[in-house]
Amino acid sequence: MKILVCISNVPDTTTKVKFTDNNTKFDTTGVQWVINPWDELALTRALELKDNAATGVKGVTVAHVGPATAEPTIRKALAIGADDAIRINLDPKDAYQVAAQIAEVVKNEQFDVILCGIESSDFNGSTVGSMVAEFLGYPSVSAVSGLNFDNGNAVITREIDGGKESVSVPTPFVAIVQKGIAKEPRIAAMRGIMQARTKVIKVIEPVAVDALTEVTSFEPPQPRAKCVFVDAENPKQLIDLLQNEAKVI
Amino acid sequence: MSVLVFAENWDGKFKKLSFELVSYGAKVAEMLGVSTTVLSIGNVADDELSKLGNYGAQKILSLKNDALNILDSQAYTAAIAEIAQQEGAKVVVIANNNMGKSIAPRLSVKLKAAIGSGVSKLPLSTSPFVVYKRAYSGNAYAHVELKSDVKIITLAQNSFDLIETSNQASIETATVNIDGSLVKTKVNDVQKQSGKLLLTDAEIVVSGGRGMKSPDNWGPIVELADLLGGATACSRPVSDEGWRPHEEHTGQTGKIVAPNLYIAVGISGATQHLAGVSSSKYIVAINTDKDAPIFEAAQYGIVGDASKVLPKLVEAVKEAKAK
Repeated sequence: MKILVCISNVPDTTTKVKFTDNNTKFDTTGVQWVINPWDELALTRALELKDNAATGVKGVTVAHVGPATAEPTIRKALAIGADDAIRINLDPKDAYQVAAQIAEVVKNEQFDVILCGIESSDFNGSTVGSMVAEFLGYPSVSAVSGLNFDNGNAVITREIDGGKESVSVPTPFVAIVQKGIAKEPRIAAMRGIMQARTKVIKVIEPVAVDALTEVTSFEPPQPRAKCVFVDAENPKQLIDLLQNEAKVI
Repeated sequence: MSVLVFAENWDGKFKKLSFELVSYGAKVAEMLGVSTTVLSIGNVADDELSKLGNYGAQKILSLKNDALNILDSQAYTAAIAEIAQQEGAKVVVIANNNMGKSIAPRLSVKLKAAIGSGVSKLPLSTSPFVVYKRAYSGNAYAHVELKSDVKIITLAQNSFDLIETSNQASIETATVNIDGSLVKTKVNDVQKQSGKLLLTDAEIVVSGGRGMKSPDNWGPIVELADLLGGATACSRPVSDEGWRPHEEHTGQTGKIVAPNLYIAVGISGATQHLAGVSSSKYIVAINTDKDAPIFEAAQYGIVGDASKVLPKLVEAVKEAKAK
């Protein structure tokens, strides 16, 4: 059984977000790039499954759609423990393009399970995983917070409103994972970092697929009014403000 | 031509989110000069269906098909795609929730329709068709042009006000050409707490952080939430420590919420926490550290120890309620 984990290369979550070119481009000056947090959890779970021989998981590959500048992030995924990596050499314009490229890779390489994080922390789209599945005609399960294998059959926990469900789908499938899939992201050890240097990042040229969307500009969030402080001894005043000024209670 | 809204139901009932979607869809239809059709899947009684007309639905389609008894993303996608084609839908509006996220992107590929996901405003323009969505985890908003003929919008919950109208909507039975062979998902077990207010539905959220010091101190948080008719939440360290269940974790990697009022108690306001709550209409912060970043996001603040402030706040709410 082979697992493909799709990873996105995103600004570190503490980045001060700024834009250039008349608010049309993200300002990358001084930005630290990391594996998208949910993709990192997906990778962690894939490696945990591989560590357990009973699951039948034999290989974990990561895929990324992006230019060569993303290679340090891909290398990090290899250091954490992925066996190899595929980079599709395209600076994508939207999720549709990304998903089309990943689907093409899967058609040629055959994976049993494809894992995607619920969203990327930069575009917050929540779309790539399900799109990949539709391109391939595979089943997909969203809001996945647990994944295991029992005699080669996937046992999936998905979150529903007010609870959770245990579901199964036949392989090959796409699982879109979120909080709970792994406890903490796995951290690269020195040995992993050394090994990652010689692991293979296969570079594939993209297939021609047009984007369906285009970001025309960005804007910063509306600045909030300055905080009004209420005396700790007098919370009644806060209730009064919430009732009569904000009118929310 | 129409705007097609998919309105999910919960055990045969709609909720505020459903009416937000219909209100939004009707407004988009007005902008485009087309009609508003709402699709309901599953067993919903006619008097419940007719409520959708109060928010601008002109035609209500009720679809019942055994292949749609459980959420299978392929079967749902096939069904909605077929209805969208029958109705000549120009725009399909779906909730940006668990169900919507599992269907809308598949629909995008199936219909080759551009998707704007997590949209929180009406389109900024219709020609070109530009939507407004959250980006960089709440640190920015993006204007996104949807360039295909058919478009899909997933709407963020609690981002659009209800618009009541007095429409007499027609209710029609819809059929699609799909069967059980499409369904690959098997549900083995369901664990569900019914009757409890969902965090994502709550208009008031009372949330505790590490400043609460111990899980034993949660009594006043729960009491305050109950008094205000709200839900309880927590920060990531609190759910990581197991003080509260992980379903309560609000923040970038937990639940993204946008209530009318978010009361953050003993939460310093790390970027990752704010990413999940910054769309709240009002934020109240209670924290011992007057320089905590949460006060920059809050409209109202109290500098003080939660263990001393909370009981007084609970009393103040009780008094205000008694009036």
